[in-house]
Amino acid sequence: MRIFDPHIHMTSRTTDDYEAMYAAGVRAVVEPAFWLGQPRTSPASFFDYFDALLGWEPFRAAQYGIAHHCTLALNPKEANDPRCTPVLDELPRYLVKDSVVAVGEIGYDAMTPAEDTALAAQLQLAADHGLPALVHTPHRDKLAGLHRTLDVVRESALPVERTLLDHLNETTVAAAADSGCWLGFSVYPDTKMDTDRMVTVLRTFGTERILVNSAADWGRSDPLKTREVADAMLAAGFTDDDVDRVLWRNPVAFYGLSGRLRLDVPVPDALHEGNSVLRGGE
Amino acid sequence: MLTPPPPRTRADVAARLPDDQARAWFTEALADATRAATAREAPPAQAPPAPRPAWQLRFVTAGRHCGQDAADAVRALLLIEARADTETLTRLYREGSAAERRAVLLALPSLVDGPQATPLVDDALRTHDTRLIAAAVGPYAAAHLTPHAWRHAVLKCLFTGVPLTAVADLARRAAGDAELARMLAAHAAERTAAGRELSRDLRHALTLTGVPTEEP
Repeated sequence: MRIFDPHIHMTSRTTDDYEAMYAAGVRAVVEPAFWLGQPRTSPASFFDYFDALLGWEPFRAAQYGIAHHCTLALNPKEANDPRCTPVLDELPRYLVKDSVVAVGEIGYDAMTPAEDTALAAQLQLAADHGLPALVHTPHRDKLAGLHRTLDVVRESALPVERTLLDHLNETTVAAAADSGCWLGFSVYPDTKMDTDRMVTVLRTFGTERILVNSAADWGRSDPLKTREVADAMLAAGFTDDDVDRVLWRNPVAFYGLSGRLRLDVPVPDALHEGNSVLRGGE
Repeated sequence: MLTPPPPRTRADVAARLPDDQARAWFTEALADATRAATAREAPPAQAPPAPRPAWQLRFVTAGRHCGQDAADAVRALLLIEARADTETLTRLYREGSAAERRAVLLALPSLVDGPQATPLVDDALRTHDTRLIAAAVGPYAAAHLTPHAWRHAVLKCLFTGVPLTAVADLARRAAGDAELARMLAAHAAERTAAGRELSRDLRHALTLTGVPTEEP
């Protein structure tokens, strides 16, 4: 079974996770730029983070046989901090990089005017750079947030077929599906979606345009949730081809819209000497 | 991939590109770089700040147009063709992804005569990315790193598993280097104490110093 986790924050995870993910079938991930838990206070902090997503993290992933791409953006939460918004001016030089496959995570957190501005500006950046966009839907006041998100997407230069709405659930999936956007679901141990509810959504809405992710980060989350969903789909009577479509071909099709997806992982050939991720001296 | 190839010729690189579309892109990119090099010799046509030259965007996007296998060589050739100066190399390195940084490091020996670009090598040697470390210990490092920095570079290769074949001029610089021999022997002793094997590269480097050390 091959699995593509289209939304996971590997910066916050350990090499044990990479090893377990590989064993579970994960061969590709996309890591969206997001909030780090501790608020940033300057654009330079974002640049170091973006550089890590374009350098160190793909290197770590490759050592475990996993292809790593990223999406870059100013996240909705920090779009509200004027100390951080100058990041928007520097994004164009990052969005041309080879391993950037979308603009994201963008969207709403508290639905403020500053978030309106950042969302609209970054949808335009996606259109300008030939990239699709990963749009996070808010955790609070979710359905209202979804409608407001869809209004901004429809007013933007980015077609809905190049937009992925993420963190959907039973209350938002119908409106999201009607919009023509791609549909993303995050499966968590306690919050967001769970495995059984995800299978029910797939039964109701089918497997087209649906992506399932673990959204694993520094909080209580599980990078193997993608595999759990695959197993639950099979147990519920879905075919191997259905599983492959949801957990591989759909994310490949969506991020492939960038023209920059590369799924062959060159594994460094020095591992017999020890592994630099393990700090050397092993 | 950990042993950086020497700079290749246009014909070499073109032959390794995946298809005609990539070859056409490569030809146009080199023409952009040549134009930039020629323009620098002429008086400036406009007041600064001038827009970024087209070849620099080509430098960033080479991977998706030429394939990852050829990208190092394509990027290094663009730098050489544009006759990028240290200021440009430094900016492209600092703003670059790991792959772009690697290309800057590979091009240094062809473009920079003095030690002024060593901060880029030092930066790469501070990472734990074996692809950057391998690109950093080429001929430019052999020519310009101080003895202290160079010895630590050799040791860093041993620690991170970069084959010593990546270290340019290893035999010449190691010969008679008693301090390197001491550091290598101490590293060997540390591994032995931990019950770990000594790599062939470690023994080889010790031999190259020609300095007698206690057999670990």
